[in-house]
Amino acid sequence: MRVSAIGCTALLLLAVAACGGRDTGEAAGGGTGGGTAASGQCAGQQTTGITDTSIKLGGIYPLSGPASAYGDIPKGIKAYFDYVNAEQNGIGGRKVEFVVRDDGYQPPKAVEEARRLVEQEEVFALFQTLGTPSTTAVWDYTNQRKVPQIFVATGASQWGTDTSHPWTIGWQPNYVSESRVYAQYLKKEKPDAKVAVLYQNDDFGKDLLNGFKRATDGSQVQVVAEQSYEVSDPSVDPQMRNLAESKADVFLNVTTPKFGSQALAADAKNTSWNPLHIVNNVAASVTVLQPVGFENVQGVVSSTYYKDPNDPIWADDAEMKLYRQKMEQYAPGADPNVPYHAFGWAVASSFHKAMDAAACPTREGLRDSVRNLQNVQVDMLLPGVTMQTGQDDGFPIESMQLMQFKGERWELFGDVIDTRKEFGPLTN
Amino acid sequence: MAGFLQQVVQGLGAGAIYASLALALVLIYQFTGIVNFAQGELAMFSTYVAWQCMAAGLPFWVALPLTLVVSFAGGMLIERVIIRPVEGAPELTIVIVTVGLFIFVNAAAGWIWTFLIKDFPNPFPGGALELGGVSLSFSTLGVLGVVALVMGLLYLLFQHTKIGLGMRAVAANPASARLVGIRVGWTLALGWGLAATVGAVSGVLVAPLLFLEPNMMAGVLIYAFAAATLGGFDSPLGAVVGGLVVGVAETLAGAYVGFIGSDLKVGVPLVIILGVLLLRPQGLFGRAAVERA
Repeated sequence: MRVSAIGCTALLLLAVAACGGRDTGEAAGGGTGGGTAASGQCAGQQTTGITDTSIKLGGIYPLSGPASAYGDIPKGIKAYFDYVNAEQNGIGGRKVEFVVRDDGYQPPKAVEEARRLVEQEEVFALFQTLGTPSTTAVWDYTNQRKVPQIFVATGASQWGTDTSHPWTIGWQPNYVSESRVYAQYLKKEKPDAKVAVLYQNDDFGKDLLNGFKRATDGSQVQVVAEQSYEVSDPSVDPQMRNLAESKADVFLNVTTPKFGSQALAADAKNTSWNPLHIVNNVAASVTVLQPVGFENVQGVVSSTYYKDPNDPIWADDAEMKLYRQKMEQYAPGADPNVPYHAFGWAVASSFHKAMDAAACPTREGLRDSVRNLQNVQVDMLLPGVTMQTGQDDGFPIESMQLMQFKGERWELFGDVIDTRKEFGPLTN
Repeated sequence: MAGFLQQVVQGLGAGAIYASLALALVLIYQFTGIVNFAQGELAMFSTYVAWQCMAAGLPFWVALPLTLVVSFAGGMLIERVIIRPVEGAPELTIVIVTVGLFIFVNAAAGWIWTFLIKDFPNPFPGGALELGGVSLSFSTLGVLGVVALVMGLLYLLFQHTKIGLGMRAVAANPASARLVGIRVGWTLALGWGLAATVGAVSGVLVAPLLFLEPNMMAGVLIYAFAAATLGGFDSPLGAVVGGLVVGVAETLAGAYVGFIGSDLKVGVPLVIILGVLLLRPQGLFGRAAVERA
C-alpha cells in the first residue's frame, strides 16, 4: 500500500514534469473596462494609460524561477527610461512609467499579471512579455482587449506570421531568420556540409530546425542526423553519442543554456568527432561557454544582432559609452557588462523610436506605428541591422551577423546577413 | 556489435548516476518509512556547498569531507525543525511537506547562487579505457566504483550494526521501538542526516557530468524513483541494480526502438514504475509488506 502511494506520487511528478509549460492559457472575456478615447484626427481611439505628460507601460518577466537570468532585461529598460525621463523630458514630453511584474516563467501567472496590469494598473501597452509559453498565453487576452503587446522577448515566428493577433509583435530576430543565417553561411563556406542537429523538442527547437531545413532545400547542405531532447532530461549525452555516429562535419546546437553547455562539453570530450560547431543565439552567452572551459569552445560559431558590451570594438562607440554612463547613473547596482542589460537598453530605445513615429498618441497609433517601421536605426543594434516592418512583414529585426569564439569572447566576422534579401519575406 | 556495447556502456554510466540518488532514497525510506521528494534538491544544495568551498580556495579533497559533514548536520536539522512537527501525521502529510521542501530548497539555491550554470571539477581523471572498440570513460568507472562502495556500506549498516537494527525497528513500528528503549526521535534525525550525506555524494558525482545549476537533480530524481521502485524501496542492492537497468533500458530504447527515439525516452521510467507497481509492487529485491488483517 505504502509503496503504491509512493509510486502514484512519483507518476504524478513525472507527468507534471513531462507536461510542463503546455498551458496555452484561456481567452479572457467580460469586463467592460473604463477606457478613454481621443478626439480630433485620432477620434475614437483608445487613450487609456497615456496623457499629455505621461505614459504607463507594463512588462512581465521571470524575476524568479528557472529562467530568472532574463530578469536582468527590465533593469536595462528601466535605466533607459529613467535617463530619458530625467534628461529628455520623456518620450515626446511624456514621462514613462514602467511597471514590472514577475510571472516566474509560468504561463498562467503571466495571464494573471497581464490582467492586473491592464485592468487595475490601466497601462497603455504591455511592453514585453518574455518567453514563448507566457507570450502565447497572454496574446488572446491582449488582442481581445485591443491592448498593444509590443516587442515581445521571444524569437518564435508566430508573432509575425499570425494574422489574427494584430496587437502583438516581436522584436528580436525570429528563430527561422536565425536558421537562415546559418544556412546561408554553410552554403557559402561548406557547400556540401553534412549537418547533425540537436534540438529542444518544443516550438523553439522545431522552428529553428524546420527553418534550417527549408533554407537549405535544394542545396548540397544536408541534415544527416537529428536528435531531440526534453527539458526534463537530465543530460543530452546519449543524444550526442548518437549524433557522433553520423560522422557529420557540421553540428548545429539548438538548445537552451544548460543543455547548450552539456552539448558543447560532449563535443569537446569526443576527440574522434570534430565537426564545425554552430550554437544558436539562445545559448551563445559567455555564461554558457565559460563552464565548459574557454579552451574547449574555440572556433564555435554563432550569430547576433546587438552590440555586446564585452566586445572591445565598441569601447569607443558613442551609444555604448552613453549606455555605460547612464547605467552607472540610473542602475548603479547592475553590471553593464551583462548583455541582457544592453538588450533591455536596445529594446527600450526601439520603443522610443516607434512611439515617436506614431501618428496618434493612442493604442491604435502605437499598433500601426510598430507595423510601419521604415529602416529605423537603433544605435545599440549592430551597424547595418535596422528595424523594418510593413503590412506583410511583422518582423522588426531580420538581419544578423555571424560571430566566432576566440580567446575569451565572441568576434564578429563577415557582413550583416539580411535574411529578407537572401530568402524573401517569411511566410507560413 | 561495438556500437551496441557502446550504447550499453553509455546506459550503465547514466544508470550509475540514477543509482547514486536512488541509494539516498532507499536509505531514508529504510530509516523513516517515508519517501523524500526533496532528496534530489538537498543533494543539489550540498553540491553548491562543495562548490562554494572550492570557490573559496579549498582543494577538492578538503571540500568533500566538509560538505559531507555540513550535509549530515543539515539533514538532521531539517528533520528536527521541519519534519518533527508532523511526525505522527499520516504519510501523505509528510510527503506533501517534502514536496514543499523540494520547491523551497530549489528556490533558495537559485536565490543564493543564481540560475547561471557553474562548472564543477571532476575528481576522476579524464580520458577513457579502450576495450575492443568500446570506450569506457574513467569518470563512468569512478561513479560506478563509488556507488558500489556506498551500497556496500549501507548494506553493512542495515544488516550488521545495532544502529541499523534500531532503524529498521523504528521504520517498522515506532511505538514498539520506543518501548524497547530505542530513541526514535534521534534515529529519525540520524536517518535524515545519513540520507543527506549519501545524497551529497551523489550530487558531487553528478555535477561534473551535468553541470551545476538549481534544476540539476530534478530530471535525475524521476529516474532515481524508477530505479528505487524497480529494485525495491528497502534494498540498497535493488536500488543499484534498478538504476543500472533503468539507465540501460532508457538508452537502448532511445537508440534502437524507432518510435521511442529521443522524444519518448523520458517515458521509459514511467512505464517501468507502472509495470513494477502492477506486477511486483515490492520491487525486484524488496520484501512484500505483510499486514495482519
